[in-house]
Amino acid sequence: MLRTIGVRLGVFALGLVVASVVIFAITQALPGDIARVLLGDGASADQVAARRAQLGLDRPLPEQYLAWVGGMVRGDFGQSWLSGLPVRDLIGPRVGVTAWLAGLGLLLAAAIALPLGALAALKRRRWPGFLTSALAQVGMAVPAFWAGILLVVVFAIGLRWLPANGYVPLRSDPLEWASHLVLPVVSLGLVQAAVLIRYVRSAFLEVLGEDHFRTARSIGWTPWRALARHGLRNAAVSLVTVIGLQLASVLVGAIVIERVFVLPGLGSLLLTSVISNDLVVVRGIVMLLVLAVLLINALVDISYVFIDPRLRTGADR
Amino acid sequence: MKRLELMIGGALVGLVVAMALVSFVWTPFDPTAVLSAPPLQRPGWPHVLGTDGMGIDIASRLLVGARSALYVGVIAVGVAALVGVPLGLLTAQLPRAAAEVVLRATDIMYAFPALLLAILFASALGGSTETAMAAIGIASVPAFLRVTRAGAVTVLASDFVLAARSCGTSRPAITVRHVLPNVAPLIGVQASVSFALAILAEAALSYLGLGTPPTTPSWGRMLLDAQTFLFSDPLQAWWPGVAIAVAVLGFNLVGDGLRDFLDPRLAEVA
Amino acid sequence: MSALLEITDLTVAFGRRPPALRGVDLVVEDGQRLGLIGESGSGKTVTALAVMGLLPDTARVRGSIRLGGRELVGLRDKEMARLRGDLVSMIFQEPMTALDPTMRAGRQVAEAFRLHRGADAGRAREAVLAMLTAVGFTDAARLADSYPHQLSGGQRQRVMTAMALINSPRLVLCDEPTTALDVTVQATVLRVLDEVLDAEGAACLFISHDLAVVSQLCSDVAVMLEGAVVERGSAQQVFDAPAHAYTAGLVATSRLDLVVPGSRLPTVADHVGRARSRGPR
Repeated sequence: MLRTIGVRLGVFALGLVVASVVIFAITQALPGDIARVLLGDGASADQVAARRAQLGLDRPLPEQYLAWVGGMVRGDFGQSWLSGLPVRDLIGPRVGVTAWLAGLGLLLAAAIALPLGALAALKRRRWPGFLTSALAQVGMAVPAFWAGILLVVVFAIGLRWLPANGYVPLRSDPLEWASHLVLPVVSLGLVQAAVLIRYVRSAFLEVLGEDHFRTARSIGWTPWRALARHGLRNAAVSLVTVIGLQLASVLVGAIVIERVFVLPGLGSLLLTSVISNDLVVVRGIVMLLVLAVLLINALVDISYVFIDPRLRTGADR
Repeated sequence: MKRLELMIGGALVGLVVAMALVSFVWTPFDPTAVLSAPPLQRPGWPHVLGTDGMGIDIASRLLVGARSALYVGVIAVGVAALVGVPLGLLTAQLPRAAAEVVLRATDIMYAFPALLLAILFASALGGSTETAMAAIGIASVPAFLRVTRAGAVTVLASDFVLAARSCGTSRPAITVRHVLPNVAPLIGVQASVSFALAILAEAALSYLGLGTPPTTPSWGRMLLDAQTFLFSDPLQAWWPGVAIAVAVLGFNLVGDGLRDFLDPRLAEVA
Repeated sequence: MSALLEITDLTVAFGRRPPALRGVDLVVEDGQRLGLIGESGSGKTVTALAVMGLLPDTARVRGSIRLGGRELVGLRDKEMARLRGDLVSMIFQEPMTALDPTMRAGRQVAEAFRLHRGADAGRAREAVLAMLTAVGFTDAARLADSYPHQLSGGQRQRVMTAMALINSPRLVLCDEPTTALDVTVQATVLRVLDEVLDAEGAACLFISHDLAVVSQLCSDVAVMLEGAVVERGSAQQVFDAPAHAYTAGLVATSRLDLVVPGSRLPTVADHVGRARSRGPR
């Protein structure tokens, strides 16, 4: 068991290294001189050279890479090329916004997809099953940001129930915070739910065919309660895997949704940094997002050991 | 039921393809001529779906937008298949340990969804149709690799491959003559699903201003423009979204429908 | 004795295929042990599942199943669920897969008890340990804390037996409970089953294709062929003087100890006209 966890953490660490090399290489591939781009055409050759030295761009690439990675290990993400502010201070206040949006979005998606996926599996030959599957199919085709725009049209412009955009920190006003997050979370969660429903359905369909599910029914559980007591745990391995894999698309979805609702999260900072060529910031944010995805997936793999007792003993296989 | 899915999916995909083809020879108005008509007109005649904030006919932009969506999809999925399928066939022949390394590498790639990769590319090279296609294509490689490998492993373990091998057929010949034709339908299903994802990714990128340039009509960009006038003319945000959803739904349905016609042994990996 | 289970003209069909059961008539008296024999596909398991109300969605059921005077055909699943595991329970064929792999054995037995008795965890645990002891476990506490994958096939089947009997049901349906087990383990499980059925005074419908097992456990026998009961009577009567040609075939093929060494082994087809006309001569 400890061995399994050790191996998985090793793979996770290796993934981080590979990902950091990829991110560094891509952001390094900019044609032309970044210092000149930052200073504009009017700058003299001396100014450009000085700026290059200041940003550390005159050093060999492996050295630059190691300096970047070494800094991140110590919690130092470097300084913004544009504003000179530490990237950490730029990112810090925004992590919460994105984390809330993605976390609540995923939670909402799971809360919708579990019961509806169960319904689609249990009633697969009857109209509730067909209807759920059809709705999921349509939901999958809707871009999350369009869903967000439509929700704004209905609930912010039409009904005036909720704000159309903006953000209020949780600490300054919890009610305002919630009202500003409802629409973004719903637009992200609904679309993710549609994707999840299909996975939940097939995971539950597999359980429904198992002998022990029939046993659970034979001692007197109704189908729904048998699914809740025995199905959920047995489908958990595949469900947790899917939710882990969905995390990447939820985070990416959050970036776009932040744009729709003008939320001051990592996504909006990432986009402005991309447009202004502030590559240090881009690098830092992408690395952070990739770290989150790799970490969650490592945790998912490790969680199998706790979900399935057969993997715990290590005696079999 | 599956046949119905395939028929509806085929019809929707056909509609989008028809829109793109028609736009080459005819559009109601010039889809790029700014202020050739009063802006923000409601649907009516002659502007069936009205005009946008710059006075451009929405129906015309919608037709040409189909081109952008399909163009990016075709190139991206083509690139992904051209890279992913050979790699999948190759790794199917590798010993278990070596294949494991390749699969772990694709795991890491899952942490870079198309959109994130495209944003990264855009930061270095600037946002354009080409960076969007490259990013979506590269991000779709692992899916093709995995599906092809899983299918090829199944086929390689079957009796007719054993028979071919015992007749002295070489490995490359077996791969081309027996494995590839058998996994081809599987790749078709994956291509259809990946196409749907590519259209979604392209739309999001154009919406973020990192994909198709503003001068070329695209559905994502239309949604971005429509958002500016959401208070005065919310209907503008309706049509491009519907177009995206129709295209994505179409390709997803085709993929699902095709899955049913697969060899049952292969359907398990699809 | 009165009829506990009364199946009348039961027909079950799936989709467009020919019906799996075509007019089954069967009676199990209170406390009676009825062996239900026949080849695979003859409809034994479908009959049992019909009684449990656990047939798949696609099944179309006609006829009547009365249990303790109550009609089960057309009963709402919620009502039926209340009877399952309480008035009637079932022991399945596959001990390796019939238990939930993610839940400790004791909890699975306790679940059956608490579901119908509504007892608190402490009392349930007592009842479970007593039941596990009754099915022959000397270290019931350790066993209750084991996961199914830590148990042998025979142990799992005894856990299954404990689950089926903990609520003292009036009728226990056993679907080839020992077929998947080694011969030596079979004997243990059958002995345990015999004991607990006796202790609870429960009736039993014992499905098997193994006549030796049936004759050991059951007083009466019914023979199924192609979805219908073709013969029934006391075990002695049916085995000693089979009335139906098919039964005669079954009996002959099971008594291989009577075969003269060197002679051809008997087959069912030797006795049944329908098979003979098709079989090679």
